[in-house]
Amino acid sequence: MVKHRYSFFLGCVIPNRLPQIEAATRLVVPKLDIELVEMKGASCCPAPGVIKSFDIDTWLALTARNIALSEENGLDILVLCNGCYGTLIAGVAGLKDPDTRKRVNKILKGTGHQVKGTITAKHLVEVLYMDVGKEAIEETVVNPIDARFAIHVGCHLLKPADIRPWGFVEDFMLVDELVELVGGTTVDYKLKDMCCGAGGGLRSAELEVSNDMVREKIEAMQRAKVDALVNVCNFCHLQFDVGQMQLNNQYGTDYQVPVLYYTQLLGLAQGFTPKQMGLDKHYISTKPFLEKIGMSV
Amino acid sequence: MIDRRIIDGSKIDPELADEMEKAGLDRIRSCIQCGTCTGSCPSGRRTALRTRQLIRKALLGFREEVLSDPNLWLCTTCGTCTERCPRKIDVTEAILFLRNLSCEAGYMRPQHKGVSYKLIETGHAVPIDDDKWKKMREDLGLPPLPPTVHSYPKAVKEVQHIIKKTGFDKLVNYKEGKEDGKT
Repeated sequence: MVKHRYSFFLGCVIPNRLPQIEAATRLVVPKLDIELVEMKGASCCPAPGVIKSFDIDTWLALTARNIALSEENGLDILVLCNGCYGTLIAGVAGLKDPDTRKRVNKILKGTGHQVKGTITAKHLVEVLYMDVGKEAIEETVVNPIDARFAIHVGCHLLKPADIRPWGFVEDFMLVDELVELVGGTTVDYKLKDMCCGAGGGLRSAELEVSNDMVREKIEAMQRAKVDALVNVCNFCHLQFDVGQMQLNNQYGTDYQVPVLYYTQLLGLAQGFTPKQMGLDKHYISTKPFLEKIGMSV
Repeated sequence: MIDRRIIDGSKIDPELADEMEKAGLDRIRSCIQCGTCTGSCPSGRRTALRTRQLIRKALLGFREEVLSDPNLWLCTTCGTCTERCPRKIDVTEAILFLRNLSCEAGYMRPQHKGVSYKLIETGHAVPIDDDKWKKMREDLGLPPLPPTVHSYPKAVKEVQHIIKKTGFDKLVNYKEGKEDGKT
């Protein structure tokens, strides 16, 4: 009997741009006694920065459909992306109100789905830290990863705080603790709490402003002499990995901080190979980091 | 000499603040213009986005000036202003609401229309639109298409059904087979 079961919400960026995060997660979580149940036909969450900026009603109705799919599975949702998490958890909270639910279900009529408000959405960090627990994760570590890491937590994991399970928003150390579990050292750096710059429709329409935030954070990480950046959001992941490459191409800089999603790092510690974790699929080479820990792709 | 700024009263729309209140931003009028939002803003630090000013203008009723302001689209929605507001105003939600009105008034960026068209056509705002992504998935031992809308044409129809009902297609000027805002 599996201990933890969730509906697995993929979103857009993970399956369609960064499948290495999907592959790594699917390999890593069974070791933690987690079973992932597919959400067949799930759509875009939809994105809280873009679609919610255009029309809040459409955003809520589409997320209600995704929530309904998981209700049909009879399970809470496990989500890897901070943006999807932000949308789904706001949907869960908003749809608790019977009038809102009635209004949204009217829109859903004809799709074959109705939302009841029976489930919630959990971010990977919540599942790992609160449901699985640190000891159970530590037990799966066979190959401790001794390196210096900059943690980027990301905004929508934490904010707005009133509909999150944490109770605080600044100096959030849970991801640091998860990284320390696999043997890593986490390093403080300037503007650690700052946004990656991807959200709000900036990556699509205001790339220079968006990448300037990458520049500022990456420079701070380099000054802190880290071996890699660890994130818990694929949109932040994409922003740092692609953003560094774009900055280097545009300005002739040489930003080379490898970017890892947490499950990729955990996978290495569990004994999976860098190739299985998709570390050969990155825009910024992961080679220097892997060499430091005695591995290669 | 100091230029005198003369406000043209005919441009003031006092209903804007009422609309914000009705949309759930019930504390918006309690803003004391302290500037904590602007001071906390990672985007405003490098751009002309001044959150306090946007809120002030909206409360005063400068509808056209706020909705046409390109700075409205420089917020990353990080939510720091909301967490720090001493009057507990949900500033980020206020910006999102003003953006909704801005889109309705026709000020939508072509790139954002492009993202919307992808959502309407595929159910994903970031879809698999090139075989290289399928190949990458297969390299990793995954099926070429994920078990999302990409594998279920019926699910795409459901998404489109919702979008027609809310009028999102009309909002973004979507005409089937014709994209006017390709990214």
